[in-house]
Amino acid sequence: MRIAVASGKGGTGKTTVATSLALSLAAEKSLPPLFLDCDVEAPNAHLFLHPEFEEQREVGLLVPTVDEARCTHCGKCAEVCQYHAIAVLGKKTLVFPQLCHGCGSCTALCPEKAISETPSRMGVIERGTAAAGISFARGVLDVGEPMAVPIIRELKAWARSEPGQHVIVDVPPGTSCPVVAAIRGADYLLLVTEPTPFGLHDLRLAVKVARELNIPVGVIINRDGSGDAGVDEFCAAEDLPILMRVPFERTIAEGVARGQTLTEIHPEYAERFRQLFADIVGRASQ
Amino acid sequence: MKIILTTTSPNLDSEIDPRFGRGAYLLLVDTDTLQAEAHPNPGVTASGGAGIQAAQFVTDQKAEAVISGDFGPNAFNALQAAGIATYLYADCRTARQAIELFQAGQLQRVGAPTQSGHHG
Repeated sequence: MRIAVASGKGGTGKTTVATSLALSLAAEKSLPPLFLDCDVEAPNAHLFLHPEFEEQREVGLLVPTVDEARCTHCGKCAEVCQYHAIAVLGKKTLVFPQLCHGCGSCTALCPEKAISETPSRMGVIERGTAAAGISFARGVLDVGEPMAVPIIRELKAWARSEPGQHVIVDVPPGTSCPVVAAIRGADYLLLVTEPTPFGLHDLRLAVKVARELNIPVGVIINRDGSGDAGVDEFCAAEDLPILMRVPFERTIAEGVARGQTLTEIHPEYAERFRQLFADIVGRASQ
Repeated sequence: MKIILTTTSPNLDSEIDPRFGRGAYLLLVDTDTLQAEAHPNPGVTASGGAGIQAAQFVTDQKAEAVISGDFGPNAFNALQAAGIATYLYADCRTARQAIELFQAGQLQRVGAPTQSGHHG
């Protein structure tokens, strides 16, 4: 079972839910789950699960380098680049590595064979063992690098689950490419939201992404009791199950701020998360 | 001399568009005859690299200078590599007004990107 935890809006409690779910499962299952922190721009699940990393790998793309001596400035490379990462400006050919997706089209199609490819580092992926025996892996994008997707893809390909091991994916906020890359392949998507107009706005977008990817969705309302009834009304109208409500409570906020999961703040949550998991397994198989 | 201005509509009396990469039109003007030719900015629909695409277009048109409100780092570097001068609109409201100030040598020429770029 592979469960992705996403939100649309940032700061709604994705990591709080994902880490609490992982710990609740680890306490009961003979094989603790695999936890993937795919929020590579700002990974923070390690603050709650305290992994010790045993392995690390660099991730990068092959970006073009132009040999000006051979380049005739014909413009073919700029024409074929879908990302405008290479431009032919009069007698100069300029590469913008941060826009390059590493597709190799410019290199392959240069009639003068003037382009070669050079690895360009974007970040790292790491794995190890965390609290309660959880297998933990994460990606970390280097500061200043704008593209998260290649790291997320590498992370997912590298940190594979063992047979029978459940996987919890902590997804980045938003609804753009990194979110799609993180969610793809999940059996079920948990959307954590808050009952505010912002929460609702981004929940709507996230639900559209999930439907596009054909992944079943359930909603968790965090900070329940604050805000308004908009999220409840939306879920009712869209036939989205609300699987859990976490109340708007000072004790929880203080605990999370100290680096505690819900199961550490209120131990009875462990059982609630295991019931949630059983509920999801039932729904995903429908 | 051929120059390009970013404008909101396709003629000389158009209001200026302060954005370079995503300004609505690239108005190609011959400063000697004041003949103008409007091109929809190819960068408008780009998901990324809009400024580079617009700079590539400016280069292909063999313009010698660009007037806009703002140049990001990629656009600026591309225009500089092509040897195209970059000027700022400052308080100009219309393209015609900007051309007059340009010809009078009263527009500010920029030697560095004017903002830090947009990502994501």
